[in-house]
Amino acid sequence: MVKEIERAGITVAHMCTVVPISMTVGANRIVPTVAIPYPLGDPSLPPEDEKDLRRKLVRKALNALCTEVEEQTVF
Amino acid sequence: MAKIVHYINQFFAGLGGEEKAAHPPEKRDGFVGPGMALSMALEGTAEVVGTVICGDGYFNENLEEASAKVLEMIKSYAPDIVVVGPGFNAGRYGMACGMVAKLVDENLHVPVVGGLYEENPGLEIYKRHGYFVPTGDSAATMRKAVPDMVAIIKKLLAGEAVTVGFFEKGLRQNYFAEKRGSRRAVDMLLKKIAGEEFITEYPMPVFDRVTPPPAVKDMKTARIALVSSGGPVPKGNPDRIESSSASKYGTYSLKDITDFTPENGETAHGGYDPVYANLDLDRVLPVDVIKEMVTAGEIGSLHEYWYSTVGNGTSVANSVAFAKDFALRLKEDNVSCVILTST
Repeated sequence: MVKEIERAGITVAHMCTVVPISMTVGANRIVPTVAIPYPLGDPSLPPEDEKDLRRKLVRKALNALCTEVEEQTVF
Repeated sequence: MAKIVHYINQFFAGLGGEEKAAHPPEKRDGFVGPGMALSMALEGTAEVVGTVICGDGYFNENLEEASAKVLEMIKSYAPDIVVVGPGFNAGRYGMACGMVAKLVDENLHVPVVGGLYEENPGLEIYKRHGYFVPTGDSAATMRKAVPDMVAIIKKLLAGEAVTVGFFEKGLRQNYFAEKRGSRRAVDMLLKKIAGEEFITEYPMPVFDRVTPPPAVKDMKTARIALVSSGGPVPKGNPDRIESSSASKYGTYSLKDITDFTPENGETAHGGYDPVYANLDLDRVLPVDVIKEMVTAGEIGSLHEYWYSTVGNGTSVANSVAFAKDFALRLKEDNVSCVILTST
């Protein structure tokens, strides 16, 4: 899906836990996440801290979207 | 008798499904689960002396630690051959099987035999480290996979050359050809000129890569959209997106959602433990923080819909078709960037 969206000219940040899979599928901007069942959270944290973690990860993705890349890049 | 060590995941060891995916590595003497069929098919030519088991989640999330432990456990049995899986089209299991093949190949220098479906991501990355026989996409094809794997094991044990019945490793092997290279090249050229079929001896690899689109100039004016292969859907899964091998994707409005709760969202994905996503779907699709950032002016605006499918065993052809479809809608709405989450 990442490639097809990018083929349409839309920049994608792929947020995922298993980075090698993302490399294989051909994502260009890869943002590693927390765990497979909760990429953008951590149930062991208090709710406010968990949301803070999510905010940080999303900001990282926004930064990736605003960064020029020549090849597949892990942020 | 030759010694075989078998690597399997928590599911095939009979420990449980997703709720046991965090199971750390353990070893057991003798065969477990599919090792029984393997053992019987080997008919006394080799013995499964030990089985190493690890949860798929554990392996992929603790790569270094799991690798070290699993390798140590395999090594303790001093195997002649290591068998992994078969992992069919299970993404994380296929990655683990491939990683184990690499570890064994590079550290123990004994052959590895496994089985994977052609679209398994583990195959593309690790195929050079083992003899992976082609399998179907689910465990329903185990009956065919085991004899195929055993055929290769028997050849290896007999010291015969193994040339067919597995996915090409992409490694070169020396052999004596009847005609010298220049002659073969000219023969090919003549066939090409005559418009006849010819078979190249050096196929070019096919890289399906997309040139990275330009960076977003200013996030404060950009229009963003959310997409996921982790199966985030409104509570009740209104489109009945399948928990694996999805045949469709869903389009859902974010107009009235600022935060996911156990009442308004859940995951349709059947390939990971859904407990955490069902309690708070923001953990898969970060709607709460994205909406806050839009309100705060950090992001220009948000496309009204999110697009979701289940990436569990879903074919590449289907995924391509889904994305081509909704990419048109994203273009129509002047979306310039996407956050795509995967589980």
